[in-house]
Amino acid sequence: MAGKAQKLTKTIESRTDNLLEVREFVLQASRRFGFSEEEASKIVLAVDEACTNVIKHAYQYAPDRTIEIVIQPEKSSLHITVIDDGKAFNPSVARLPDLKQHLSHYRRGGLGIYLMRTLMDKVEYKYAPGKRNEVRLTKYLTASESRAQS
Amino acid sequence: MADFKVHQRDGEGVSVIDLKGYLDAHTAPDLENAFQKLLTDRKYNIIVNCKDLTYISSAGLGVFMAFIEDVRKNKGDIKLSNMSPKVYNVFDLLGFPILYEIYREEQEAVVKFHEQKRA
Repeated sequence: MAGKAQKLTKTIESRTDNLLEVREFVLQASRRFGFSEEEASKIVLAVDEACTNVIKHAYQYAPDRTIEIVIQPEKSSLHITVIDDGKAFNPSVARLPDLKQHLSHYRRGGLGIYLMRTLMDKVEYKYAPGKRNEVRLTKYLTASESRAQS
Repeated sequence: MADFKVHQRDGEGVSVIDLKGYLDAHTAPDLENAFQKLLTDRKYNIIVNCKDLTYISSAGLGVFMAFIEDVRKNKGDIKLSNMSPKVYNVFDLLGFPILYEIYREEQEAVVKFHEQKRA
């Protein structure tokens, strides 16, 4: 199945009411690729967090910009790239919060980045401010999912 | 298409917020408004019943963070109940069980509020 899988692309306007559509798109692709429901849910949440970050930070809630979501299946991994052309935001240089301390100070920011890194196997960033920023999320199939896939 | 609904009910000295559907960056303001209204009405013993909550992202979790300090300063609390395993996992990943009391059933949270009131 993975060998035949095609690259999938979806482009949305930068509004939070489009997150539901993104989640559905990613959920279907993750299921088709062979991920379990639990793993597919993790991928969906990570992509939601990436898109939410773009809407909040890169576009600062401007509703008429675009976000492109590209799903690239490979043999045993799924790569999802979230692309924008807004303000550069590079969470990879942000300190991963000490969760206990973070919570004890009632801080609400930074949780999305923590979730992305926790839920996915790899999170990579490329950015050119105002031109093209990319967050690339990777998830590998587990051994049992790979067996079920082939 | 899934939806999100916040419904508030009062009883037994506590206010209960029922959540239904998905709680993300789009719907989080609805929950913020519900908490804000409770604080305005000086209702600080709050249970959030998550029985019909199907999805939560960090934007939704952030709402709980935004109000817990004010609620506890006023000798109240936000307790959570009836979470599905999927929703609980997200709370758990972020360490929320350290900060919030999470009960299997709403009634257990009600009893806890009453015990704390007597103490």
